[in-house]
Amino acid sequence: MAKTIRVLIAKPGLDGHDRGAKVVAHALMAAGMEVIYTGLHQTVEQIVAVALQEDVDVIGLSIMSGAHIPITEKLVRKAGEAGIGDKTIVVGGVIPGRDIPRLRELGVRGVFPGGTPFAEIVRVIRENVRRD
Amino acid sequence: MGVAKYTKDAKGQITDVTLQSGIHVKSFYGPEDLERIGFSYEKDLADPGAYPFTRAIHREGYRSRAWTTRQYTGFGTSRETNERFKLMIAHGQTGLNVAFDLPTQMGYDSDDPRAEGEVGRVGMAVDSLRDFETAFRDIDLAKIGSGLTINAVASIMLAMYQAVAEKYGYDARVISATPQNDILKEMIGRGAWIFPVEPAVKLIGDTIEYSMTTMPRTNPVSICGYHIRESGATPAQEIAYAILIANAYIDNVLPRGYDIDEFVGRFSFNFNVFGNIWEQVAKFRAARKLWAKNLKEKYGVKKESNMFMRGLFGGGGYGLTKAQPENNIMRGAYYALSAALAGAQTIALCSYDEAYTIPTPHSAVISLRTLQLLMDEVGLRDTVDPLAGSYFIETLTKEMEEKIEGEMEEIRKVGGIIPAVATGYIQRLVSRQAYDFEKGIQSGELLKVGVNIHTEGESKDVELHEYTGETAERQIEELKRVRRERNQRETARTLKDFEQATRAGKNVMPYLVECCKAYATVGEMTNVFREVFGEFKEPGLF
Repeated sequence: MAKTIRVLIAKPGLDGHDRGAKVVAHALMAAGMEVIYTGLHQTVEQIVAVALQEDVDVIGLSIMSGAHIPITEKLVRKAGEAGIGDKTIVVGGVIPGRDIPRLRELGVRGVFPGGTPFAEIVRVIRENVRRD
Repeated sequence: MGVAKYTKDAKGQITDVTLQSGIHVKSFYGPEDLERIGFSYEKDLADPGAYPFTRAIHREGYRSRAWTTRQYTGFGTSRETNERFKLMIAHGQTGLNVAFDLPTQMGYDSDDPRAEGEVGRVGMAVDSLRDFETAFRDIDLAKIGSGLTINAVASIMLAMYQAVAEKYGYDARVISATPQNDILKEMIGRGAWIFPVEPAVKLIGDTIEYSMTTMPRTNPVSICGYHIRESGATPAQEIAYAILIANAYIDNVLPRGYDIDEFVGRFSFNFNVFGNIWEQVAKFRAARKLWAKNLKEKYGVKKESNMFMRGLFGGGGYGLTKAQPENNIMRGAYYALSAALAGAQTIALCSYDEAYTIPTPHSAVISLRTLQLLMDEVGLRDTVDPLAGSYFIETLTKEMEEKIEGEMEEIRKVGGIIPAVATGYIQRLVSRQAYDFEKGIQSGELLKVGVNIHTEGESKDVELHEYTGETAERQIEELKRVRRERNQRETARTLKDFEQATRAGKNVMPYLVECCKAYATVGEMTNVFREVFGEFKEPGLF
């Protein structure tokens, strides 16, 4: 039997709009993954610490405030410093199309703007974790 | 979301319609339906302006006064926000609705490490009175009322509003602020909470008490079913939870020795408008009636005007789509129509580009024009409660009323609204529902134009509101100047007095006003609260 994929759903920064994060958490669980949800108002340092401690395969950031680029840059840097730069990072939220290339450049494996089908999110996560 | 579920037969004929609140709609309604629900004109409706106010809170409705238009505005620094305020007023907007950036909402100064990347992004950055001086410069605060969309630190912003008004020569008795100030809904959805439930509710009690005695034209609390709905609640839950939350705030003020008639008349509400148009209209009519009944029967409110459910009905953010963004202009028009048909006092619309960005000046004006068009061109001011007497609407209003009461009963069963929020009962319930709705959209069971029906493939980005790091730099520079130039001794003294008052459990408002006048920063004031109160511990999701 394949190993169960462990996903950390994280709400970095000060924004508290968590409908999307919670909905995706439910969808990933329905797809057979284990989900750890950080809760709101997490610093990047806190998220990296939880990812390390919980030994997750995936870090999913949910960002609605528009600050997705600075937050993701910081997360990638801090994850690298903590020696978990190999985790699959995905980002969802209010993400304008023009910002997707920059997020990809940072190493983000999946960018999921509002309205992305659950099946697409599950597929991207499975493909990346398997490849790892 | 918010669309109803439709069942069709093999020929495509609709065989069942189920509204989001779980009510089934029949193919037609007649006198027998009114008989079935025991409809009584006097008991269920009465004339507009008469108890239970199902039809309207004012006899002449929009004839005497059109609804207030109040678009949510604010971004960048106070200077940019002031310009946008003036633009909207020049275009005929009659009230302000201030958006604050996240550091301000969460009580951090702009140079706090936690504020990095967020300064001025989703609203105006406020660090000290200096920012309010700029934001409200040349705005007639005796004529224009201001909504302050802030919750955890609403007490601080209300104090700052009084401080700026007095600085500009207005008496606190003539100004009208409407801080959102509804922390229980922040804990259910939206998430801009800081302090634990008990002190957070006590702060709301403080603002209500203080407004009553010092700023009588202020509406100290705006209870928001709106965000609860955005988080996944049904329209019936939206109203049920809002009424129970309002009662929790009343219950904090009453033991302070006031009569309910002294303060409850200044409560206002904020509700959502997306979804099935009939369900929205019935929801608002039922809500007005239930609020009045709740105040009269449970609390013994005597003065009729204190039983008015006044409110901002609008927004509809969750109904908007990224796909085919211009469709959101039409959606907004229908949402506003349902609010106007239901007798809203104030309406605001999300702008069509809000699924992507802070609205541009162009899109903000389109929203305003949508509202003005309804008001001045197509006849929404002609007569009060135009749908009254419809077999369908009256039946639906009664059924909504029953659904709302049922949802209130569910909360009573788990011990009341405060335990239901503190333990995460409601949060888990609505997030589960939100997941079910999304599944409904993705499977096509719930129809959404441009998303799962009448689609066009890849959608294009709309024009984006530009955010640059310069905003933060300018804001931080200004903050540092304020910290340097203020009278340090006076700031320290007011902060110390405020801390002592907070620890002693006194009403904090007069102390906050003094702090604001001494240019204490939002971060400094919030830190006092953080130290004394601690922070809310978010209940688990599963």
